[in-house]
Amino acid sequence: MQNSIAIQQESGIRRWLAKEGTAYGFLAMYALLFIVFIIVPVMLAIFLSFTFFDTIQFPKFFGLKNYIALLTQDDVFMKYVLPNTIKFAVLVGPGGYALSFLLAWVLAQLPRIPRTILALILYSPSMTSGVAMAVVWQALFSGDQTGYLNSFLLGQKIIQEPIQWLQSPHYLMTIMLIVTLWSSMGVGFLAMLAGILEVNPELYEAGALDGINNRFQEIIHITIPSMKPQMLFGAVMAIVSTFQAGAIGVQLSGSNPTPQYAGQLIVNHIEDYGFFRYEMGYAAAISVALLLMVLVFTRLANRLFASED
Amino acid sequence: MKAKFLRRYSGIRNRGANPKGFHTSQIKFYIVLLPLIFIMLLPIVFIFSNAFKPPDELFAYPPRFFVVHPTLKNFFDLFSKMSTSGIPVSRYLFNSIIVALITICASIVVSSTAAYSLSKKKFKLKKTLFAINTVALMFVPIAVTIPRYLIIEKVGLLDTFLAHILPGLAMPVGMFLIKQFIDGIPDEVIEAAQIDGASDLLIYWRIILPMIVPAIATIGILTFQATWGNTEVSSLYLTDESLKTFAFYLSTLTTAVAGANTVAGQGMAAAASLIMFLPNLIIFIIFQSKVMSTMSHSGLKG
Repeated sequence: MQNSIAIQQESGIRRWLAKEGTAYGFLAMYALLFIVFIIVPVMLAIFLSFTFFDTIQFPKFFGLKNYIALLTQDDVFMKYVLPNTIKFAVLVGPGGYALSFLLAWVLAQLPRIPRTILALILYSPSMTSGVAMAVVWQALFSGDQTGYLNSFLLGQKIIQEPIQWLQSPHYLMTIMLIVTLWSSMGVGFLAMLAGILEVNPELYEAGALDGINNRFQEIIHITIPSMKPQMLFGAVMAIVSTFQAGAIGVQLSGSNPTPQYAGQLIVNHIEDYGFFRYEMGYAAAISVALLLMVLVFTRLANRLFASED
Repeated sequence: MKAKFLRRYSGIRNRGANPKGFHTSQIKFYIVLLPLIFIMLLPIVFIFSNAFKPPDELFAYPPRFFVVHPTLKNFFDLFSKMSTSGIPVSRYLFNSIIVALITICASIVVSSTAAYSLSKKKFKLKKTLFAINTVALMFVPIAVTIPRYLIIEKVGLLDTFLAHILPGLAMPVGMFLIKQFIDGIPDEVIEAAQIDGASDLLIYWRIILPMIVPAIATIGILTFQATWGNTEVSSLYLTDESLKTFAFYLSTLTTAVAGANTVAGQGMAAAASLIMFLPNLIIFIIFQSKVMSTMSHSGLKG
């Protein structure tokens, strides 16, 4: 009796293996790496955020104290990091996204060859890596009179003496925004460009018959609705790269924390606590806050561009 | 046929999206685009111009944007120099190239096998697993640097070459793009092969892979961009200087330059930043049409 159940079970496993085994076999490598380097780190971050952990002793359970400290006691976070992050995220995220879409749309109105060349130029800033560009920005925005911007403005008599662009709390954030927007035409931009080109031209003809008589109406009523999936993909990419771009302030100013916390973003705050102060538990709580922010923004994008089916 | 002919030669299709040729209505778009393109291009041109400047031009006052007497001196300086820890610069570059090549190949294999399974195989968890990957599209690696560090330490990857390669292999965007691309291959093609008795491995190797070359090229480029410019792995997970990458070396140059302002350092940093940028540009130009055809499959259903 038991024997036959065992045999049945065994053949069940075998049948499952024959049916679905190869599917999981093909997935195995990716799944393993995905679990080890994405899921486990996120879980670990959540776990550590409820503990006190200085990397030497075993994590001590700390309850919600990290989160409470983050919300009530961390002056730097509330006064600089959070406002900076929100300002940066709102301007670079939706700003960069809208810019990507508009440029993609304009490019789509041109014939293939000029379009390809111009798209390449617009995309190329996003290929530059932070380290390589640090050299360029430091030369362009150099604080003494040999800096290109200073030299130009001095020459035009717009300013009287050189400005410490990258060390100044007044200008650092603005320069970070410009630099990040400059490099924001990335994968999402290419996806939207492809999406606009794929819209069935007959839809525009039908739209014209239905009384659409300018290009703006065309974008709102035809182009965007018929490329919602690409719009959503572009939005997700914009959100992720916005939060991922956090290192820019530190790269530009050459120090963490940035001068008077002017360019301090949530990502720098994590690094500050995790790798300089070794308060891993607290840093993990900030990480979780960051992941939650990304989640909220993505939900929002989902609301806007979810396809009906 | 006749409609196509009419469209091509009547000039109607030169207005609106994706025109076939020039039309006066396009002039306004050029007027909007060209100044912007000019501004966008400036820093890129600067990378090129700066790398070939001799020292007196790098520190000229007033500074000049374009190089006047181009020289390869910066590149010779760069490669004849040892880093402060006695590692020749060519070693960093060699490391970067090896890491990039291995990561690209591994990432293509890992993503495309998983994508094939999620696109064409039938199994219970398929939808759930793909949904998890879609959620992971918004994963921000920088947020979990610390837990990742702990894991890399526990797995024993600290100070090994694999620390460069393994953490970045599971790339949700890459897997997503390949999967969407494979969705475009009709099931009949695979069913026909199955009837002929082809195994899954053979189908993947002989049918799927040749049909998804554009997607593979795209993933290759994305992986290259991510690994080539990566400094975090070298600075956080490795202490052995001989395992670190060129991007890391450049980052030490720029921070040292900001402080010490050495003449040779500036020139070397300029040359190094061109070396960082150029491969990205060349690879993208070669594969741009493949990238675009992949991107038209990139749609994300909410």
